[in-house]
Amino acid sequence: MTRYTAATDADRQAMLEAIGVASVDELFADIPESLRCAAPLELGAGLSEAEVYAHLRELAARNTSTEDEVSFLGAGMYDHYVPALIDMLTSRSEFLTPYTPYQPEISQGGLQVMFEYQTAICELTGMDVSNASVYEGPSAVAAAGYLAKLANGRSRFVVSRGVHPHARETLVTLCAGYGMSVSEVPLSDGVTDLAAWGSAIDEDVSAVFVAQPNYLGAVEDLEPLVGLARERGALVVCSADPLTLGLLEPPGAFGVDVCVGEGQPLGNRLDFGGPSFGFFATRAEHMRRMPGRIAGETVDVDGRRGFVLTLQTREQHIRRERATSNICTAQALNALAGVVYLSWLGRAGLVELGELLVQRTAYARSALAAVDGVSLLHEQPVVREFAVSLGLRDLEAVRRVLRRCAAEHVNPGHPLGFDYPEHPDGLLVAITEQRSRADIDLLVDVLGRAVRAERAGAGAASAGGEAAE
Amino acid sequence: MAEASYPPELLYHPEHDWARVEGEVATFGITWHAQDALGEIVFVETPAVGTQLSANEAYTEVESVKAVSDVFAPLTGEVIETNAQLAAKPELINEDPYGEGWLVKVRIADASEAGGLLNRDAYVATLDE
Repeated sequence: MTRYTAATDADRQAMLEAIGVASVDELFADIPESLRCAAPLELGAGLSEAEVYAHLRELAARNTSTEDEVSFLGAGMYDHYVPALIDMLTSRSEFLTPYTPYQPEISQGGLQVMFEYQTAICELTGMDVSNASVYEGPSAVAAAGYLAKLANGRSRFVVSRGVHPHARETLVTLCAGYGMSVSEVPLSDGVTDLAAWGSAIDEDVSAVFVAQPNYLGAVEDLEPLVGLARERGALVVCSADPLTLGLLEPPGAFGVDVCVGEGQPLGNRLDFGGPSFGFFATRAEHMRRMPGRIAGETVDVDGRRGFVLTLQTREQHIRRERATSNICTAQALNALAGVVYLSWLGRAGLVELGELLVQRTAYARSALAAVDGVSLLHEQPVVREFAVSLGLRDLEAVRRVLRRCAAEHVNPGHPLGFDYPEHPDGLLVAITEQRSRADIDLLVDVLGRAVRAERAGAGAASAGGEAAE
Repeated sequence: MAEASYPPELLYHPEHDWARVEGEVATFGITWHAQDALGEIVFVETPAVGTQLSANEAYTEVESVKAVSDVFAPLTGEVIETNAQLAAKPELINEDPYGEGWLVKVRIADASEAGGLLNRDAYVATLDE
């Protein structure tokens, strides 16, 4: 019996007697012998609290955080500075829960920040209505697919290959449950191939999905992409990077039906991949098909401003199996960090940050393109991320280059070869305001040397020598 | 309409829907009992003109402040007109369920189906059960 075990032997005996079974073995007798574990799990003996702490500390020390190296990793999650103000506000006990409450009107402050968050998301995306957030970017994309299915009942989705690979995978997984198929449209010179897009969309297509900027960092020309889809009665779902929307025209201005995205860049740290939040905004006509919870503004009996959870007839506790989603938990705490961050930046600050990102990204892009062997993977306009080709043979060669850079505490970015085999030597490089010009110069130097060393090694290997590692 | 009422000239479906048959065309709506059970109706989205409805199958939903409920087609047919007023004034269903609160007009596919519906007394009897 350990202190963390909930039931004692005596508890177990009492439960067995209550249901009239002699032993635990008899309780599980219906499960075929072949499916049961023959021996107990090999978990080892328990550890003391001090031993567990020491073990976890040792494991944690193996991690490399973005504070331990100069990191140009992005690919959907970005290393922005998170001001202390955010921790100060989100750790207040009134807010410190990820749940939207079941007796919500008692927590007016919680509902008010949700309402303000929704207002900020609507302004940022140019959409009419926003929910109080969903789990993260990819599930927001998949949930947008379900909205489209409810809206027009068609059978197919068309997805640009510029949409984040995780989001495409999540959409394929979830939409199989309601009988949809998904087809993909390739990129051409870094952006969605307009001709292929046009021929992929027919009268069976429920929704099309495009990312702005796309996974390769390129700014998509939304107008023709949206136009072709709307002509054929398909809904348009745009997954947007919220931090670029201070500069780019909001997706709502192009007439998209749903604008979703990953909220992490807004005041949430990387935290080894999560938790974060997804934002979800749509046009008023689709409001009743929206997933998740929605805070609404109203007045009380005395005419004072107040907040409620509204349009709850969409939700599972009322609509049961026909609910617009089967999650009603928002990532309220992460979304709160998002709205605090936006308030901290302010309207002008968001634009200034965007301009700074564009300038530093342009500097890094041209400096890297000048490195011997390195070339741009596309020349489309970008905001904060871009793709290069390292002029190497395959993904393995890219990984060796990255290991060389890691030894000098530089992480040049994310290899594209994992998700885009058509770009085996591609590298996605992200810039945030935390990367100075000196950091970028360091990247150019370290990556340039690593690529040269790899090419020299590969040359030696093809000449019959040992492959360099 | 505060008092229960079930006009004798209508045909009724046990899922609390009514049909007014006039030649080849029938008008559909929900009964006094249905709107009373739902409470204040806040939203209804009628199907597009041209939609084919099948008898005994749900063709739309009405949403009240506390619930969402399916609306069943009493007869098979094609929608030829919808009540455009309901988008802005869904409360017409509460105020006048057999008049201004009608939902759709349908060109009936098979007039003999009407024989399967309930008359006023038979429908009211189901409410007492």
